[in-house]
Amino acid sequence: MSAAAWIIRAAALVASEADRLTRLDAAIGDGDHGHNLDRGFTAAAAAIDGAAVDREAPPGRILIAAGRAIVSRTGGASGPLYGTALRRAGKALGDAPVVSAAGLGDALRAALDGVTELGGASEGDKTMVDALAPAVAACENALAEGGDLETCARAAAEAAAAGADATVPLQARKGRASYLGERSIGHIDPGAVSTALILRALAETAS
Amino acid sequence: MSTVGIVVISHSRALAAGVAEVARAMGVGKAVVEPAGGGPDGGLGTSIDLVEQAIDAADGGAGVLLLADLGGSVLTARLAIEDRADAVFADAPLVEGAVAAASMAATGAGLATVKAAAEAAASHRKT
Repeated sequence: MSAAAWIIRAAALVASEADRLTRLDAAIGDGDHGHNLDRGFTAAAAAIDGAAVDREAPPGRILIAAGRAIVSRTGGASGPLYGTALRRAGKALGDAPVVSAAGLGDALRAALDGVTELGGASEGDKTMVDALAPAVAACENALAEGGDLETCARAAAEAAAAGADATVPLQARKGRASYLGERSIGHIDPGAVSTALILRALAETAS
Repeated sequence: MSTVGIVVISHSRALAAGVAEVARAMGVGKAVVEPAGGGPDGGLGTSIDLVEQAIDAADGGAGVLLLADLGGSVLTARLAIEDRADAVFADAPLVEGAVAAASMAATGAGLATVKAAAEAAASHRKT
């Protein structure tokens, strides 16, 4: 798996979906999610493409550098959260020259732990955790059944998409949407949608 | 004698500057209060780079207390001090907390006492 290819693909998907993410966020959030995330991932992709990051560096190092760029440039709550996710995933991968299927499982688990520690959200709060937690579980299940890297990544992406769709009937308990109480019900969570998008990029580039 | 430094983090550059202005007045010229407001492009948002610069500017050797308005500011504040032992985050209302922290910091109190003063401000009633 090429971490650089993942981040660059994620940046492209986020850019192409930025308007939609921002529209979803305007319904229950502060209407900036897509463009904030676009700025962060564009900076991460630029760091990887430019001289700031050695593209031949171990995947873990590339994810840590991408996380740093995202924290620095995103501007909203999603910056610290996605930045932490990528940094923790990178730290879990360490200096391993290639990512194994088990390594990807550990990295995704570390990302989820980082996000829940920093943001304090649990499953069911209508946040990105509702996409990320099922993705981690699905990847781990695929691994337990002997799945390879590609299978694990695909399982994670599919579970994240389903998890994002399942946020529609939930009432938000974190973030700006939580101020709306029951009025947050009936809308999909934009953070869960962007998490599913980023994991789709992972599945598309994992081989 | 150095006092505990205070960093005020807000999505708005104007809000952070305004809260810092009020808190400094309450710190009677002794409390160091640094604002970190606005996003990476100067608009509404939060910038970890600005937060880190403010922490360094507020750090006089007695530790730094961070206060944030909400959401991303809180997450950015907590992320900025993840690897620092000399800076802590106060779970406090921004204006009342900053005023209480600056007042206490001006007495020369230590970081834990200044943090406790800021957090106690959450229970100050207005009616």
